[in-house]
Amino acid sequence: MARMVTTRRKVISTVAAWLVGFVIFFPILWMVLASFKTELEAFAIPPSFLFFHWTTENYVTVQERSDYFHHALNSIIIAGGSTLIAMLIAIPAAWSMAFSPTKRTKDILLWMLSTKMMPPVGVLVPIYLIFRTVGLLDTRTGLIFILCLGNLPIVIWMLFTYFKEIPKDILEAARMDGATIGRELIYVLTPMAIPGLASTLLLNLILAWNEAFWTLNLSTLEAAPLTVFIASYSSPEGLFWAKLSAASTLAIAPILVLGWFSQRQLVRGLTFGAVK
Amino acid sequence: MATQQTQLLARTLLSPAVALLFIWMIVPLALTIYFSTLHYNLLDPGSEGFVGLDNFRYFLTDPAFLASLQNTLVLVGSVLAITILLGVPLALLLDQQVVGLSIVRLMVIAPFFVMPTVSALVWKNLLMHPVSGLFAWIAKLFGLTPIDWFNDVPLFSVILIISWQWLPFATLILLTALQSLDEEQKEAAEMDGASALSTFIYITLPHLARPITVVILIETIFLLTVFAEIFVTTGGGPGLQTTNIAFLIYSQALIQYDVGSASAGGLVAVVLANIVAFFLVRIVGRNLEA
Repeated sequence: MARMVTTRRKVISTVAAWLVGFVIFFPILWMVLASFKTELEAFAIPPSFLFFHWTTENYVTVQERSDYFHHALNSIIIAGGSTLIAMLIAIPAAWSMAFSPTKRTKDILLWMLSTKMMPPVGVLVPIYLIFRTVGLLDTRTGLIFILCLGNLPIVIWMLFTYFKEIPKDILEAARMDGATIGRELIYVLTPMAIPGLASTLLLNLILAWNEAFWTLNLSTLEAAPLTVFIASYSSPEGLFWAKLSAASTLAIAPILVLGWFSQRQLVRGLTFGAVK
Repeated sequence: MATQQTQLLARTLLSPAVALLFIWMIVPLALTIYFSTLHYNLLDPGSEGFVGLDNFRYFLTDPAFLASLQNTLVLVGSVLAITILLGVPLALLLDQQVVGLSIVRLMVIAPFFVMPTVSALVWKNLLMHPVSGLFAWIAKLFGLTPIDWFNDVPLFSVILIISWQWLPFATLILLTALQSLDEEQKEAAEMDGASALSTFIYITLPHLARPITVVILIETIFLLTVFAEIFVTTGGGPGLQTTNIAFLIYSQALIQYDVGSASAGGLVAVVLANIVAFFLVRIVGRNLEA
């Protein structure tokens, strides 16, 4: 039975939690509000909180600048492409380690984890030079490749922890009934694995979308995703707060929605199963 | 019961991933080691030559290295302290019965999903701008002089932004851990007349020890190489005040084009990260067996 909670305590917790939540969320809210102001109002002191002249002109401006679409498309292609390729490589690997473990499986898993610990700056120089030599600098292919490898350990780990939870007896039963490995994979494993696959896909889309080390260093214009496009607003020539806010809101909105759906899986994915 | 056939299949399925990660780990690292022993500047082509450990001597005795090492440690330590000290009470609060908890959770977790360049620029301009930022306006309301954040306290400003990004992460993990805490244990303690404080100290806190360790290790791995936030706000300055190791290596490699020295710095970063990784891998490994 749940513990008795007095009404007073519940009221206090509720008020405190909403207050703290509001404070933490405030910068995002403030940015969204600024995106609906004119440049003059966004900059005004004292600031107007709700009673300003609401306008969508910033969004129109941002849309009209075709380069926004260009960078949004880059983000979609790079994040989506790297995630899909990582999944294609990781699914067989995780499947094999979860269902046919050997003595070395644990070592392999930990070794894969340790590759994720390598700081990207440690290999910035050779990657940059290799990319320059083979002409991959500022290309979507190059970024897809790097982000895919960077996230591969997390993808494998997440899938492994999900596959681990599928009861082995079911597979044994399927095998007894004479199912081949191919049929076992399609008819038994896949339906049970879909929730795990979906959350792995989601979390890695988010990580790839927000990645801001390789994208900033390896792309400038052609292949630059939204992280780099937004960074270009940091240049001091003129302050376009309202437009910056509109572009930022558009850039984070899809990921915020995806993220809210996958918040439970986030813990699992980022702690490598160490906290459940 | 794996037959030989399935074992072979399993190995075949595993090998692409292993091969790719192996190449990904070995080739760039080997090249970094190789470059670190060369005099190699992209602005000065044709002058490459073996210089032994000169780059390391140069990098490690460069005053910029000590400054950036100090900045890195201050940054990592401060963000860890802030996110844990605020994350624990916040997780405890969200573990209470709260009306509309799912909405509050969404608000708390949101900063983690904002791309680093966006959060850095929103904080820098909309909030921390010394004239038109919201903080300046609040300061004036109370009759205080607004702080010129990125000139007066540049490192602290960066720390503040990064803490905002990572507080949700710490909170979410600690909250997940709290929810797996045995309710009956707490009830029993309460029935025995334990105060809320001693319940916290003797039951909740020990239960949180492991997730806190995990938060510390994972945050450290990511915080050691914070880059985008510095790149778009301060560019490492003023002077070297917000240059961390990652940013120092970046500026040596892609601004000064000094490949040799940047590679030596890269290896220093790898060693630092490995010290942390060693402990993290052990904790995760222990969990695999359980």
